[in-house]
Amino acid sequence: MAERTAIIGSRVGLHARPAAIFAEAAAEAPVEVTIALQGEPVDEALDASSILSLMGLGAEYGTTVVLRAEGEGAEAALEQLAAILETDHDAE
Amino acid sequence: MSQKFTGVGVSAGRVIGSVRRMPDPILPPADGAPLPAGSSAEAESLRLAEATQAVAAQLKERAAQATGDAQAVLKATALMASDRTLLKSATRLVASGTCAESAIWEAADAVATQLSALGGYMAERAGDVLDVRSRIVAELRGVPAPGIPDSDQPFILAAVDLAPADTATLDPAKVLALVTSDGGPQSHTAIIARSLGLPAIVAAAGTTALADGDHVFVDGIDGLVITGPGEAEEHLAATYANREALPEFSGTGQLRDGHRVPLLSNVGSGDDAQLAAAAGAEGVGLLRTEFCFLGKDKEPSHDEQVAAYGAVFAAFPGRKVVVRTLDAGADKPLPFLTDASEPNPALGVRGYRTDLSSPGVLERQLQAIAQAAGEHQAEIWVMAPMISTASEAQEFAQLAKAAGLATAGTMIEVPSAAVLAGQILQRCDFVSIGTNDLTQYTMAADRQLGALAELNDPWQPAVLHLVAATAAGAQAAGGKPVGVCGEAAADPALAVVLVGLGVDTLSMNKRALAPVAAVLRTVDLPTAQRLSQLALDAESAEAARTAVRAQLGELDRFGL
Repeated sequence: MAERTAIIGSRVGLHARPAAIFAEAAAEAPVEVTIALQGEPVDEALDASSILSLMGLGAEYGTTVVLRAEGEGAEAALEQLAAILETDHDAE
Repeated sequence: MSQKFTGVGVSAGRVIGSVRRMPDPILPPADGAPLPAGSSAEAESLRLAEATQAVAAQLKERAAQATGDAQAVLKATALMASDRTLLKSATRLVASGTCAESAIWEAADAVATQLSALGGYMAERAGDVLDVRSRIVAELRGVPAPGIPDSDQPFILAAVDLAPADTATLDPAKVLALVTSDGGPQSHTAIIARSLGLPAIVAAAGTTALADGDHVFVDGIDGLVITGPGEAEEHLAATYANREALPEFSGTGQLRDGHRVPLLSNVGSGDDAQLAAAAGAEGVGLLRTEFCFLGKDKEPSHDEQVAAYGAVFAAFPGRKVVVRTLDAGADKPLPFLTDASEPNPALGVRGYRTDLSSPGVLERQLQAIAQAAGEHQAEIWVMAPMISTASEAQEFAQLAKAAGLATAGTMIEVPSAAVLAGQILQRCDFVSIGTNDLTQYTMAADRQLGALAELNDPWQPAVLHLVAATAAGAQAAGGKPVGVCGEAAADPALAVVLVGLGVDTLSMNKRALAPVAAVLRTVDLPTAQRLSQLALDAESAEAARTAVRAQLGELDRFGL
């Protein structure tokens, strides 16, 4: 299983707009991606393409999260998704 | 055949247009209702999945047409509608034998509860989840989606009544006028219509018969809705459309003879205050501090309060800002202050009375106001809502002075306070009449009840007699200032009457500044006094309004 940590770069946390951008990208990824707060057990990881799960995660600016995926293209997909999490979308 | 409905005109204007009805609110399905007869869990799951996709597609389409923040919000709600985790938990309920409506209702409820528990911004998003849920249930039931209807053409919105949540999404470029069968002159519909400058009629019983596409004439001046308008109505609408533009408010309120009537604005936030200052307001006559508290489950910190009040004070350097202390209760409950189980909240522990049940909150608020006052140049006055006795007025003034606030006053909303204004003003520095509540308490008529709209009218001669009693009390106490900060001050004809009754300053929504200023400039003080006598002597609110309006020719010129 591929795994990648990311630090939330959005100043307002993983709220509606950044969560929407990320959920859309996760839904388009060729593999199923999960997201969890760092330190949470793997089986509590949530569907990364679910905006409601992302918002319910309560990840604030600076929170470390873990992305996981399996299958072909997993590494590249996680890399791309981590980059989205680390960007401050409200600074655009 | 032409049909005529009579209601109460609460915002001036005459227009002709096509009706769109506000859909009925979506009623919750029964808890855990079973699968429909003859259906299977598979078929029901498919129906649910299709409904969520349909709602997501509608929201996406609206997002594509929107721009900016609205677009971002619509995009996020579209994603919520098609959310896989939400669908999965609802499908699990369907698999256990629950129908689609009840399943999505329960699943979304769990998500909203979780978001609410996170507090702050996320808690606000819980409302979006519930909105999406209603849309999905509407789709499943095959009824129109809740909320303001979507239309390419501007329309006349007909509803039973509008809630604050509905009016928040109302686009004034799409809506020509508002017609409600329920609601009174002080309802949210009336307040929002005036603030958006839209013609509006409330309590027009029978307008529930109006259907989508009906061609109607709406007269917000005379309180009429007429179907199948003819030449006479077309002429009236055209005259209104060609009305003379109102002169911009110069920033100095006065009568024709130069008698000064400072025109202030009612505001709820720093942004609001900036807009009011730009519109020429001579200060703030009512700062509603509860806007800083609403939606909070605990008291805001000292620093939060100082920042919120300071943002308003910064907009009015050297000008007066009247701060009303926390007015919680009745229609503005706060979990940490008010008891939601009171049988009659309008007559319960609200306004200043919460200081008895939750001592300390008011003192801390006064300290925050005092600190913000010290950091800015505005002249700060404070007043307490829902004062009923002279001793309450005295206690409040002592609390304010102890916090270092030099000018302390009382709202006049309870009839007892109007009757004893003289005694009250021996113990504090000024009064401000809140006509919305004063009317509801004088007439013993709930502000929100459409059936009582006729009673709930600030033109009621009894209410005007209490305004006169307040002004007389202020004179007797050495000429202390009397203001009005209720909706009455925003009605240009009634504003003339209030000045004639002895009111010194008027505070209103910023949009009312220009019309009120324009009409005040057409009368001198003796005329205003004569008109106020006409209103006091009238036998009904309607008769008072008609008698005074007939003497104010300028109202027609400006289409007011």
